[in-house]
Amino acid sequence: MAVTHRGRSSRSSGFGLGVAMFLPAVLYVLLLVGVPFGMAFFYAFSDARIGSGGENFVGFDNFASILESQSFRTALKNSFIFTISSQILVLTGSTALALALKDKFRGRGFVRFLILLPWVAPISLGAIGWKWILDSIYSVVNWVLIALHLVKPFDKPMWLGEPVLAMISVIVVHTWRLLPFSTVILLAGLTAIPRDIPEAAAVDGAGFWRTLFEITLPMLRPILNVAMLFGIIFTFTDMIVVYVMTAGGPYDSTQVLPSLAFFTGIQGSDLAAGAAISIFLVPLLVVVAYFMLRVAHRAEVT
Amino acid sequence: MAIVETRAVTKVFKAGTLGAVNDVDLVTAEGEFLVFLGPSGSGKTTLLRMIAGLEAPTSGDILIGGEVVNDLTPRERRIAMVFQSYALYPHLTVYKNIAFPLKAQGVPRDQHRKKVEWAAGLLGIGQLLERKPRELSGGERQRVAVARAIVREPSVFLLDEPLSNLDAKLRASARAELEQFHRRVGTTTIYVTHDQVEAMAMGDRIVVLHKGVVRQIGTPKQVYDDPADTFVATFLGSPPMNLLENGDVIVGFRPEHLVPAAQAPSAAIKLTLKIHNLEYLGSEWIVYGTAVDGGGKPEGERASDKTIISRLPTANLTIGASHEFAVAEQHLRFFDKATEKRAPARALSWP
Repeated sequence: MAVTHRGRSSRSSGFGLGVAMFLPAVLYVLLLVGVPFGMAFFYAFSDARIGSGGENFVGFDNFASILESQSFRTALKNSFIFTISSQILVLTGSTALALALKDKFRGRGFVRFLILLPWVAPISLGAIGWKWILDSIYSVVNWVLIALHLVKPFDKPMWLGEPVLAMISVIVVHTWRLLPFSTVILLAGLTAIPRDIPEAAAVDGAGFWRTLFEITLPMLRPILNVAMLFGIIFTFTDMIVVYVMTAGGPYDSTQVLPSLAFFTGIQGSDLAAGAAISIFLVPLLVVVAYFMLRVAHRAEVT
Repeated sequence: MAIVETRAVTKVFKAGTLGAVNDVDLVTAEGEFLVFLGPSGSGKTTLLRMIAGLEAPTSGDILIGGEVVNDLTPRERRIAMVFQSYALYPHLTVYKNIAFPLKAQGVPRDQHRKKVEWAAGLLGIGQLLERKPRELSGGERQRVAVARAIVREPSVFLLDEPLSNLDAKLRASARAELEQFHRRVGTTTIYVTHDQVEAMAMGDRIVVLHKGVVRQIGTPKQVYDDPADTFVATFLGSPPMNLLENGDVIVGFRPEHLVPAAQAPSAAIKLTLKIHNLEYLGSEWIVYGTAVDGGGKPEGERASDKTIISRLPTANLTIGASHEFAVAEQHLRFFDKATEKRAPARALSWP
């Protein structure tokens, strides 16, 4: 009797402890993610404006009007260009870096530290630094190019002022920012491959490239998937780089969905339209999240 | 097929420390099955990895087929290796695992299937070709690893403890298979193991290694019957050789040669053992005792707690009692007390 009684009471106190421990996380998610998300849905179907009084339900009017807007179409296209190009650069770059940093060499710790820096530095500071590097007058890149006689002093590239160059610039800066994260993930994946396997490949007669493409990368694929899915989410929902460097310009040429939602909803005080734009991100992110969970599950099983 | 030779091969991992492999000289015979035997940390795997080209020797030369291969990659050495973990490629099917060396070495694609099927057939894994390594048992994985190694008909075959991941029963049958297999293909083979039974059963010759130094190279019979030093004497044989100090020599004899006094009329050594343990192993008895009279040592230097072991087909002994044992003269082996190396036979000052 005493034993069963004690068992029961410890189970109920264990249950209480469990609730107490996951409650902060639930509250955090509900208040900071759930409530704004619900409000975005609510606003997307209303005619809410900043400063105006009551809201009225307007159905799909907001969606219809943003679909017709040229800015929205450009931003949608740019979002895909921005995400896909930066992910290609990030994944190839971080794979190369991870391969280079896996083997021991003198100063490896210092190089690893340098590569992690963009990730630990506040992104707005980094972006401001890049804004200076690419500035129309003070650009150090142009200064170097002029010194090397690669461009003429009076016809230098306007990195952030010309549509195509501006897009390339934000993609490069975003790649610079995501590279460390992806490198660390891939480095962990590479270290998990037993040393015997590449050695067996070497004995079997495979050279560097064959080992890389037929052994290492296929074995790394689950980890590459994780890095890619995180990268897609971080890129598709991110507006800091665009906001700080170009504010979407010139002529919306670097505008992406999150920045357009911000400029329309907050700065343009059209809350309803801003909410509708950000709701457009949801279906895509749901698909990505589904694949993320599936990859994580598979990694657990095998 | 080729002869493997090492000349004064040394491997030092950390400058200033003792090498993992020190000054190893050895030559295989054509088609020989050579076993590297030693306890863990003896340098046997390092030596094998240097022959494979996975580790560069600090000094000395490695020759395969008469040619110095120090600067050649594993690929250029035309060797095949089976790893202790098997190192199968987990994302490839058995077929693709076995075909990988063919692909990597540029064998024309139309010959792949024939060769893979030949290798798989030789090892009896023809029905597993479409499976992934994780769907195989330990024994099947080991066979796939061997098949992958032989498929391109290498000149030298290196095996690093390929049976150590198998359970005891499977190990015995896999061992017999490997022996038959070697007889059939006749490729020069170097086999690393810490298991003396494997070494004795499989090796044409055994290289006994200890702390990176070759202690003895010889046929199983030579290393067992005529050990070069006390390390070889005690490392081979289970239970190990009994060693007793006598004056400036160490005298050794195998447990199976220590028999009840009545069975050895012309005995060179007589011992009265106080039995403190008896083990019945089915086909034999292992008798543990201590010498009542001090094991031939003069009074004063007697280490009476030294355990002396006897191995007998039958035993009618009781624990706690004392019994007379003896060893015939031809079974005695002598070692120098200072160097622990083999010494010529001599008269004993046995009481």
